Amino acid sequence: MQIRNRIYNNTLYIVLSGELDEHTAQSVRISLDELFDESGFNQVIIDLSELDFMDSTGIGVLLGRYKKLKSKNTPIYICNPSTHAEKIFKMTGLYEIMPKIS
Amino acid sequence: MNTINEMTLNFKAVSENEAFARSCVAAFCLQLNPTLDEITDIKTAVSEAVTNCVVHAYPKEKGDVSINVKLTQDTAIISVSDYGVGISNFAKARQPFFTTKPDDERSGMGFTVMESFMDKVYLLKNSEKGVTVLMEKKFGESEKEVVGG
Repeated sequence: MQIRNRIYNNTLYIVLSGELDEHTAQSVRISLDELFDESGFNQVIIDLSELDFMDSTGIGVLLGRYKKLKSKNTPIYICNPSTHAEKIFKMTGLYEIMPKIS
Repeated sequence: MNTINEMTLNFKAVSENEAFARSCVAAFCLQLNPTLDEITDIKTAVSEAVTNCVVHAYPKEKGDVSINVKLTQDTAIISVSDYGVGISNFAKARQPFFTTKPDDERSGMGFTVMESFMDKVYLLKNSEKGVTVLMEKKFGESEKEVVGG
């Protein structure tokens, strides 16, 4: 997994690249939490256009990050999910707390 | 239905092997000319089943996972087995969002994802000596981009 990020217009943009599963989940959790500890943004957008694979472990990772950001009143959004990621997001109702934007 | 090809894969129940396992099963299924969507369904379901083995089957020393894939003319029949502690309450385990490890940020959606991405999912064996999950996927149900073949 690779994670790229930049802050622009008070928004933290994060691009997840690679495969998100049980093996990569923990490093993604740690990396994202480190980014969330920084300042200079009031919302987060996670771009999944380069995510090649995700199973339900990814849902657990995203829900955990949502909880961390919720305590700071920072909204989090998803963009560019694959068809399969989208299917899992809809199945789990993730978009209700982490809306999809284009 | 006649089995036209078959393979078995054995590996240690560690997360390092998840990508290997799902890629291997997907590659084996390519000979039935599945669509890209169908192959991703297979990869996702296998990943969920292997994750269950890695996370839940062996609380102490890690044991093995065995995957058997049988191919008929148009269907992949995939069994994923561990030799661990078993599932204490399968009715609960298959419920959406149920997890025995909520503190580990687990979604509890593993069986739900398997059931929605595959045509059939059965619990073939569940004892204190291990669990076998059997899944079936028929290919060619939809007209989409074909990979492989």
